[in-house]
Amino acid sequence: MLAIFSSVEAGVIYAIMALGVYLSFRILDFPDLTVDGSFVTGASVAAIMIVNGQSPLVATAAALLAGFAAGMITGLLHTKGKVNPLLSGILMMIALYSINLRIMGKSNVPLLTEETIMTKITAFWQNSGLDGILNNLLTSAGMTEIPKTWGILITMLLLAVLIKVLIDAFLKTEIGLVLRATGNNAAMVKSFSANTNTMKVLGLGISNGLVAFSGALVAQYNGFSDAGMGIGMIVIGLASVIIGEAVFGSKTIARATLAVIGGAVIYRIVVTLALQVQFLETGDMKLITAVIVIFALIIPSISAAQKERSRKKKRLKELSFERADSFEKGGENIAAAKSDF
Amino acid sequence: MLQLNRIFKVFNEGTPDEKLALNNIDLQMAKGEFVTVIGSNGAGKSTLMNLISGRLIPDAGEVIIDGQNMTTVPEHVRSRVIGRVFQDPMAGTAPEMTIEENLAIAYTRTKRKGLYFGVTGKRRAFFKETLETLHLNLENRINTKVGMLSGGERQALSLLMATFTEPKILLLDEHTAALDPARAELITNLTRQIVEQYKLTTLMVTHNMQQAVDLGDSLIMMDKGQIIFDAKGKDKSSLTVEKLLEEFQRIRGEQMTNDRAVLI
Repeated sequence: MLAIFSSVEAGVIYAIMALGVYLSFRILDFPDLTVDGSFVTGASVAAIMIVNGQSPLVATAAALLAGFAAGMITGLLHTKGKVNPLLSGILMMIALYSINLRIMGKSNVPLLTEETIMTKITAFWQNSGLDGILNNLLTSAGMTEIPKTWGILITMLLLAVLIKVLIDAFLKTEIGLVLRATGNNAAMVKSFSANTNTMKVLGLGISNGLVAFSGALVAQYNGFSDAGMGIGMIVIGLASVIIGEAVFGSKTIARATLAVIGGAVIYRIVVTLALQVQFLETGDMKLITAVIVIFALIIPSISAAQKERSRKKKRLKELSFERADSFEKGGENIAAAKSDF
Repeated sequence: MLQLNRIFKVFNEGTPDEKLALNNIDLQMAKGEFVTVIGSNGAGKSTLMNLISGRLIPDAGEVIIDGQNMTTVPEHVRSRVIGRVFQDPMAGTAPEMTIEENLAIAYTRTKRKGLYFGVTGKRRAFFKETLETLHLNLENRINTKVGMLSGGERQALSLLMATFTEPKILLLDEHTAALDPARAELITNLTRQIVEQYKLTTLMVTHNMQQAVDLGDSLIMMDKGQIIFDAKGKDKSSLTVEKLLEEFQRIRGEQMTNDRAVLI
């Protein structure tokens, strides 16, 4: 039970990254692999600033800006340099790997003894006594395992929802509408006097800013920043987006962004549950992620094909009944039924 | 309003595929003038449109719009004063966005886009009011995604989006060619109505000779990158499809052989 609690906690923090991926992948229609690098950039910038005595809030804000810059460079590579979208992301991801090592000075920066946003939240909640109330509720409901603090979950959930609401609002502004149209029909955007290049650079900047912000929070949550912590991050982001949309739907932007947060949490829970299986090890996590994404991608199309088949079968049956009827009527309608078929 | 001076455009220069797409084109359009352009495939009609809109830059010559030399101004800047409707009904709208969101983008064509909400109560009322002029009942479906509309409805919306901010120049690029005859007629009538309403300076490319004869104040015929014939005023109003074909034969000494030049 406690494992589920902490996976929800982590899921909400990763949801901010997933919202960033949603912006590039769905809104801009740009499969941006920069994410693998910019996530760690955020973690590294925040970690190194905290270790050097900066306030964790300032450090996290700086991480966001670093991610924004990284995303903009990917955007410039694509728009000004005319490099293919996938390739500009891959190039930036590889470049960031070295840059991140330079930022940290080594491959791993521990934060366990430092004051971080997470320790601040925990201290605040424990002093406020809210944890006591919530945990008493749990114990009176018969639970034996109780979480250390509710603060991180609730604060991060509020933060993720706040970011979601801001994204929803932004995508309704004049610039936001043009950003969405850029991913939808770039030629049309140009004919309405908006610069699609600027929009792509801006969109990728915001997207990677969110990813780095999430990376900074994850580093403080886990208590370290590591050069390898971003491997496969884009796939986790995609998994969250795809699972969320499959489960919660994506009719409107507000619905889709909520779905992405939900998807990120579900993804964490599924991985946690999968790791409970004796046979699987922590190292299998990437494989599990890939399998989840593959299923999330394939199942909807298989089930659609299934529905189509059963619909056709039903139609065929109806048709043969009609035909039987028409035989009784003297076969006048056979030709009509046939041409229908 | 629009002035083209000695425009040349070559494609694939220096290769065996070299093609002189536009050869010394001069064109003057007065404010409020409606010009139709006809010509066979490869005559240079689309290239001409793309040069005016800024999608292509001429190799030589000048594009002057409302007294301003815009020859090398990029498309997204130039489109502040140019409205354009494409042949493909899918090209002028964003399918994943609603009707009102599409209109909101079109509404901001003439100004800098900011962090204000694109659709406000006041704008929505205005959008509904303008949609009513189409008589397609779109004003009651403003929250429908444009991808759900039929080709004709989308093209009508594209036409409205290109015109309701009253551009200095309206470019219509075979905008009825991809529609069935009934829809094409609807869009043709809407075009006539809208151009008259806003008194737009309009350049319309068409493959339909009858349409070219019926619409507009003047007509130009293009062939092999040149303007080979033009009719203004009285000459234009007395023009028929037969006369046009005769004219082509007289000038070029050959039959107009083009299965896409529809003789309705």
